[in-house]
Amino acid sequence: MYRILQTVLVALILLTAIPTAGLRAEEPLRDLVDALGTAKLSNMDEHIAALAKSGDPKIVPVLEALGDGNLYVRKADGQVFLTRESGADLILSDPLSGESVGEAPKSALQKIKVNNSVRRAVRAALGGLTLLSPDRNQRFRAAQSVLQAPGADALPTIENALAAEKDAGIRALLEQARATAILTSDRPPEEKRQAVQTLKQSGSREALSILSAALGTAEETLKPDIEAALASIEQTQTLWAGGQNVWYGLSLGSVLLLAAIGLAITFGVMGIINMAHGEMVMLGAYTTFLVQDVVRTSFPGLFDWSLAIALPLAFLVTGAVGLAIERGVIRFLYGRPLETLLATWGISLILQQAVRSIFGPTNQEVGNPSWMSGAFELGGLTITWNRLWIILFALTVFAGLLFLLKKTPMGLQMRAVTQNRRMASSMGIRTPVVDALTFALGSGIAGMAGVALSQIDNVSPNLGQGYIIDSFMVVVFGGVGNLWGTLVGAFSLGILNKFLEPYAGAVLGKILVLVLIILFIQKRPRGLFALKGRAVEA
Amino acid sequence: MITSFLIKSLDRTILVAVAILLALAVLIPVLNLLTAPDHPLHVPTYLVSLFGKYLTYALLALALDLVWGFCGILSLGHAAFFALGGYAMGMYLMRQIGARGSYGNPLLPDFMVFLNWKELPWFWYGFDMFWFAALMVVVVPALLAFVFGWFAFRSRVNGVYLSIITQAMTYALLLAFFRNDMGFGGNNGLTDFKDILGFNIQADGTRAALFAASALALAVALVITSGIVRSKFGKVLVALRDAESRTRFLGYRVEHMKLFAFTVSAMMAGVAGALYVPQVGIINPGEFEPGNSIEVVIWTAVGGRGTLIGPIIGAILVNGGKSIFTAAFPEFWLFALGGLFVLVTLLLPKGIVGTAQHYLGRRRSHRKAARKERVTDKEAVLLAAEPMAAE
Repeated sequence: MYRILQTVLVALILLTAIPTAGLRAEEPLRDLVDALGTAKLSNMDEHIAALAKSGDPKIVPVLEALGDGNLYVRKADGQVFLTRESGADLILSDPLSGESVGEAPKSALQKIKVNNSVRRAVRAALGGLTLLSPDRNQRFRAAQSVLQAPGADALPTIENALAAEKDAGIRALLEQARATAILTSDRPPEEKRQAVQTLKQSGSREALSILSAALGTAEETLKPDIEAALASIEQTQTLWAGGQNVWYGLSLGSVLLLAAIGLAITFGVMGIINMAHGEMVMLGAYTTFLVQDVVRTSFPGLFDWSLAIALPLAFLVTGAVGLAIERGVIRFLYGRPLETLLATWGISLILQQAVRSIFGPTNQEVGNPSWMSGAFELGGLTITWNRLWIILFALTVFAGLLFLLKKTPMGLQMRAVTQNRRMASSMGIRTPVVDALTFALGSGIAGMAGVALSQIDNVSPNLGQGYIIDSFMVVVFGGVGNLWGTLVGAFSLGILNKFLEPYAGAVLGKILVLVLIILFIQKRPRGLFALKGRAVEA
Repeated sequence: MITSFLIKSLDRTILVAVAILLALAVLIPVLNLLTAPDHPLHVPTYLVSLFGKYLTYALLALALDLVWGFCGILSLGHAAFFALGGYAMGMYLMRQIGARGSYGNPLLPDFMVFLNWKELPWFWYGFDMFWFAALMVVVVPALLAFVFGWFAFRSRVNGVYLSIITQAMTYALLLAFFRNDMGFGGNNGLTDFKDILGFNIQADGTRAALFAASALALAVALVITSGIVRSKFGKVLVALRDAESRTRFLGYRVEHMKLFAFTVSAMMAGVAGALYVPQVGIINPGEFEPGNSIEVVIWTAVGGRGTLIGPIIGAILVNGGKSIFTAAFPEFWLFALGGLFVLVTLLLPKGIVGTAQHYLGRRRSHRKAARKERVTDKEAVLLAAEPMAAE
């Protein structure tokens, strides 16, 4: 009997004790959460900070719901719930346990209002909470959001996280966040000075704005340090901006090179003014569009390979069109460059209108494969993958072409025919065939350029028009008949353009470049790398 | 001297063309203004403006023929001179609007008020006076042509290179005029004109007068170019077209002669643009499009380069065709234009007039050979004026 009584008592105590113990731990948290329901927008930050201070991972869903506008308060008793929409009703769940507690009509509840400053506070609080997460990506994101709104109160959290952190990238972010937090805290000046140094070393744009904000409120003794740091950061920023400009210039140059390199063959080597060159680029871009269309509908798994499929196809399509143009029109006009110019302009109009009639005048959607989208940081430079690939592609095409011209029998024949047609003919080279193939090669390369340009430009019937004048400028500037000249011409024009842009604006920069080229032609009518000797008069 | 210049300039074809133009200058306005709208011979006002536009195009093509047909300079930037002349006239017409603009500012054109400009930019001064605007119509294109040509011809940029940099020139101007900061109305250009020399620009009488002015300007330009190409100077021009180095070695200052022809041609293009703008009612940067300049070349090529009459016929035929075509089958106009480019260069390198002259000349010389007569001076000139293969 006593044993039974004992057991019952223990059971009773346990039964009552366990929930109360649980409740007791939850009680202040729940109060804090419920307080959100009555908080005003103006003091919401304090409530959020109080919640964050608890350090309990349970409040993560609460804060997330608050940020997303899914946190509601019940009008009847002021209790706060996580909600999900279900028609006119809301499905309620307990904010801390996450258990579903039934549905209620929308009218019975009121949404807790948030604004941007509250959202920022939520993000910062969440950042502090997830800083200790085992997942690296989550920690990284958390560190970034802490850096955006670090306050003095976040300092202990940051320091905790910093002590545990091993990843160098996240450490750097946290160091910055810590330094920023210290600047606004009441720590001793010595520590603040060190914080300024940390920020100075990071040299980032954020550090610049943090420091200039701190300059206003800092103590007098600290001001010289901050000013020196600001100057130093500004200098690094200028250097990186210069680097970024060079990168943009290289990127533009690679586009120019791609557009002009086919022209360097037809105009530079053969002396044919092909005004339809831009339309070859356009045809290459449309080939990419068609290939992607087929891949999307029939073989979705191959999408990442669509450009690799489009490349040879574009070469063949535009090469064939080029061959047809050469055989049909241009071969009757050899030795009459101005007439060739007019005839090929006519062809370009026909091709444009043909594409417009078939595909419509609007832009076509051409997607980036996954390996071409996104960007990465290199020091202070932001480098996008598609630009990087296009630079590499342009250089590869250039190298391939150089090899073809200098090291293969076909290239030898091409050079022979362009240098002395009659002599080549008497040596047994079939000059008409070589002419046709050379022109087809130039057009085919334009088509491959079109594949690359479809990734960064609008694919429309007017695509080619935008490139034709620029490509001629590159070829003329670099020196006709010289592939190296085209390379140097393209990159120097690209970089010049991007360096003029910040001072003169995009349009005026372009005008200046055109004027400079026109003046340059006066000085060196045959371009940067002029051919010497007999070839000039040919 | 002037009389001899005039007499030399008027061979039979030119005389006939000038006579036709003068007749048109009288006849069309008369048919437009003095006949009732239901009269069978009545010419509606929209047609008067349309033909007036063609005549300004013809003047532009004639200007190009002077440099391309007789000098071998294929300018792909002639639309730039045309547009500059047009802008000069447009600025005059803008100033004439005065306080009648939508913002009612007596001094500033609407677009400047819209851009919050407080005062007139210096280059707009003087354009309220017609004589000044008329002067600028000629001076601005001439100045550009002179500076550009002086640089280009001095350093012996020729052939395709010249074509490409003239194209770059008009492209640069296109970009520049698109900028709002330039003070020429940016993208929208200049439009909403009210009156010219005090006459309402929409009125039938003004339209007819503008048509007559265009015909008259074309006739005068024809006499002048004809005089130039038939003078001794013109013969040297043809010589330098066909063998530039040889002409230079004979002691002629080739670059000066080219520069003169280029500048005169630019002035004519400017006048054409100035007559074009009031008849069309708008001028915008689109006129600088490189494509426009190339289209002018095809008008000249269709009619026959180096024939003076040819470009006029070519401009009217191609643009007439364009008006009909774009109304009937808008889809196919570019096919037709593109096909025209290809076919004319392949099959009709001398153009309509050139080919006709060729056959007429051959038949006539056969007949003359049969009669064992000497070819007259005049025909020798005519044959010399025919272009040989370019370059």
